[in-house]
Amino acid sequence: MEVLKIATAGSVDDGKSTLIGRILYDTKSLTTDKLEAIEKTSKQRGYDYLDFSLATDGLVAEREQGITIDVAHIYFSTAKKSYIIADTPGHVEYTRNMVTGASTSQASIILIDARKGVIEQTNRHFFINNLLRVKDIVVAINKMDLVDYSEETYNKIKADFEALMSKRDYQGQKITFIPVSALKGDNVVNKTDKMPWYEGQTLLEHLEEIDKADIFNIGTPRFPVQYVVRPKTEEFHDFRGYAGKVYGGNLSVGDDIVVLPSQTKSKIKDIYFYDEKYETASRRSSVTITLEDDINVSRGDMIVKDGDLPTIDKQFTANVCWMDSTQLTAGSKYIVQHGINKVLAKVDAIHHKIHPDYSGIDTEVSGIGVNDIASVTFKLNKPIFYDQFKNHRTNGSFILIDTQTNNTVGAGFIQ
Amino acid sequence: MNKDTSHINSLENEAIYIMREVAAQFEKPVLLFSGGKDSITLVRLAVKAFYPAKIPFPLMHIDTGHNFPETIEFRDRLVKELGLELIVRNVQDSIDQGKVKEETGRYSSRNQLQTTTLLDAIEEFKFDACIGGARRDEEKARAKERIFSVRDDFGQWDEKNQRPELFDMLNGNIELGQNVRVFPISNWTELDVWSYIEKENIEIPSIYFAHKRKVFLRDGMIWSAEDGVVYRDEHEEVIEELVRFRTVGDMSCTAAVLSDAVSISKVVQEIRESTISERGARIDDKRSEAAMEKRKQQGYF
Repeated sequence: MEVLKIATAGSVDDGKSTLIGRILYDTKSLTTDKLEAIEKTSKQRGYDYLDFSLATDGLVAEREQGITIDVAHIYFSTAKKSYIIADTPGHVEYTRNMVTGASTSQASIILIDARKGVIEQTNRHFFINNLLRVKDIVVAINKMDLVDYSEETYNKIKADFEALMSKRDYQGQKITFIPVSALKGDNVVNKTDKMPWYEGQTLLEHLEEIDKADIFNIGTPRFPVQYVVRPKTEEFHDFRGYAGKVYGGNLSVGDDIVVLPSQTKSKIKDIYFYDEKYETASRRSSVTITLEDDINVSRGDMIVKDGDLPTIDKQFTANVCWMDSTQLTAGSKYIVQHGINKVLAKVDAIHHKIHPDYSGIDTEVSGIGVNDIASVTFKLNKPIFYDQFKNHRTNGSFILIDTQTNNTVGAGFIQ
Repeated sequence: MNKDTSHINSLENEAIYIMREVAAQFEKPVLLFSGGKDSITLVRLAVKAFYPAKIPFPLMHIDTGHNFPETIEFRDRLVKELGLELIVRNVQDSIDQGKVKEETGRYSSRNQLQTTTLLDAIEEFKFDACIGGARRDEEKARAKERIFSVRDDFGQWDEKNQRPELFDMLNGNIELGQNVRVFPISNWTELDVWSYIEKENIEIPSIYFAHKRKVFLRDGMIWSAEDGVVYRDEHEEVIEELVRFRTVGDMSCTAAVLSDAVSISKVVQEIRESTISERGARIDDKRSEAAMEKRKQQGYF
C-alpha cells in the first residue's frame, strides 16, 4: 500500500472543506477532541449542523472570512490506503496554490455546485489538472440536496463538463462523475438512498480503487546527483558515493551509464541504501550510487543509462504558470530550478498567453501576470538535461526563482 | 489492520531527499533536537541520508530546564554513540539575562519562552537552516506549513506569503539574515512515526512507555507530580497511576495518558485505536483556537 495524494479544486462556497470534513467524519478519522472543538464552535455560531469545514480551515483569517486561502494538507487512512489531501483554494487569485497542490497529486477532485453547474472556474480547474497531467479526476457534483437530488440537473452538468473534455490536450485522463451532498453525507463515504438513479460508487469507494502504480512511472531512469558522499574515514577511505533520488525507471548494478554534462561513461558498481547493498534502485528511492571508474561527478550532474539520453540544451520552450505579482517580461532574468539544478535564465520570447478556460490564446503579449499561463522560450547560461513534460513528469518540469527576492515566482512544463 | 511498509518507505525516501537538499543548499544547517520521538526519527533519517559519512551538521537542543530527566540522559547517550556535535542553549539563561520573564501561576510554562532562546542561538551561530520534526497532521496551522519555510530576521512566519512548493523542488534561496525552517517529516502522521520506530527498531526514552508515576488530575488531564516542575494547587491530590507520554515537550505543558503499553508494538496498537489527538494532551494549544498560529508567527517552531 502506498500513499494516495489527492488535490481538491472548487470555487468559493462549493463546499470543499465541508466535503473533506465529511470524509474525515464518516471514516472516523476525527479524534474526539477535534470533534468536540467543531461541535463547540458550530454551536457558538448558532449553526444547527456540524460545520466540518472547521476541521481543515487552519488559519485565523480563514476562520474569520469562512474561506480557504492556502493549501492545507489533511491526512487520513482506511484499512486499504493512506491518503493525503491537498485542500486548495478556489479563488481566481489563488490559482498558484492549485497548481502547487496538483503537482504532487495523483488524483484530483473537482467540485461543482449543483445549483451553479459548470462555470468559468470549473474550466480553469480542469485546465490546470490537464496541464499537469493529473491522471485521475473525480468530478463531484455537490449540494445535490439543494436541487432535490435531481437526475436531470446532474445529467446537464455532466454533459456540460463532457463538452470541455473534448478540448483537452491530454486525453489519457480518467474522469468519473459522482453526485454528492457533503453537508448531508450523501455518496461521500456512504451510499445514499436519495439518488436511486445513480448506480455508481461513492467518492471514497472510487478513491479506494484508484491504482496509482504507474503515475510517476512514465519515462526512463534519471538520477540527478544531489550530494557527494565522501566519508574520509579509515574504513571508507576511497569511498565516493553519489546520493540522489531515482526518477522514471530503475537503475541496477552493472548498468552502463553516462554522466552529464561531461558525457563520461562508466558502470554502476554498488547501490547503497544506508548500510545495505541493493541490486536495483527502484524509482523514487533515495539511494547512494558508486561507479566503477574514478570520475569527477558533482551536485547538479545527472547519471542516465547509456543510449537513453535526455535533451542537453541551453534553451527550451515551456508552458509557464506565473505566480508572482510582478510580471514576467521578455528579456528579464530568473533562476531556473530544474529538479535540484539551478541555472540562470533569460526570457528569450513570450509566444502567446493561453486562456486557462479553453477560450483560446492571445498572441499579442507584453507581460505575463499572476495566474497567467503562457508559452515562453528561455535561454540558459549553461545546459540542462531535460525531457518533455509529457514524457517525464519530474525531468520535464521546473520552477522559476526571482533573482532579487528569492521567491518562487513561477512553474513550467517543458514542451 | 495489517499494512505493509511501502508507504513508510516512500515517506522515508522523501525525508532522506529533503535531508540531502538541506546539506547541499545551505552553509550552516542545524538539526533541532528535543529528545522527543520526532527528533529522534529525524536523527535516524539523517544518519541514513549520509551513510557512510557522518551527519554533516550539529544538533541543537533548546533546553527549557523542564525536561524529563530520562530525555536528557537519552540525548547525551545518542550523541555520544553517533559521534555527533551537540549544542545546548538554555531558556534559564534568557531568563537570567532579562530577555524573557518566567510565567507564573496555574498554567505557567516555559514553552513560549523557548522562542527567544532559539532565535538568539540562530543568530549566535548564524544558522541558515533549522531542521525540525513538526508534522502537518499535528495541528491545523501546521497543516499549511511548507517543507522549506522561510523566516525573516525576526524569525517570523508570513503564512499568507509562503513560497509555493511544486513537485520535489525545494527552493532554499534566501537573503542574508533570513533562515529556513525545514520539516522533513511534514507528511508523516503520528502513527507513521511510531510504525517507523517499530520497523527500524529505534531506541526512544522510557517515558514513552507505560510506567508508574506520581500524578495529579486537572481539567481532565493527567499531570506529573514528580520533580516539582508542574504548578500544583494544594487541593490537587497526588495519586499513582500507570501512564505514558505521547509527546515529551516541556514538562509543564505535557500531560500523560493512562496506558499499559510497555513496548513499541503495544504503543503502535494503542495509537491506531486512539480517539484523542496527540496534541490533545498539550495545554499550550488549548489557550485559544489560534494558539499555534500565533506562536508560529512569533518564531516558535
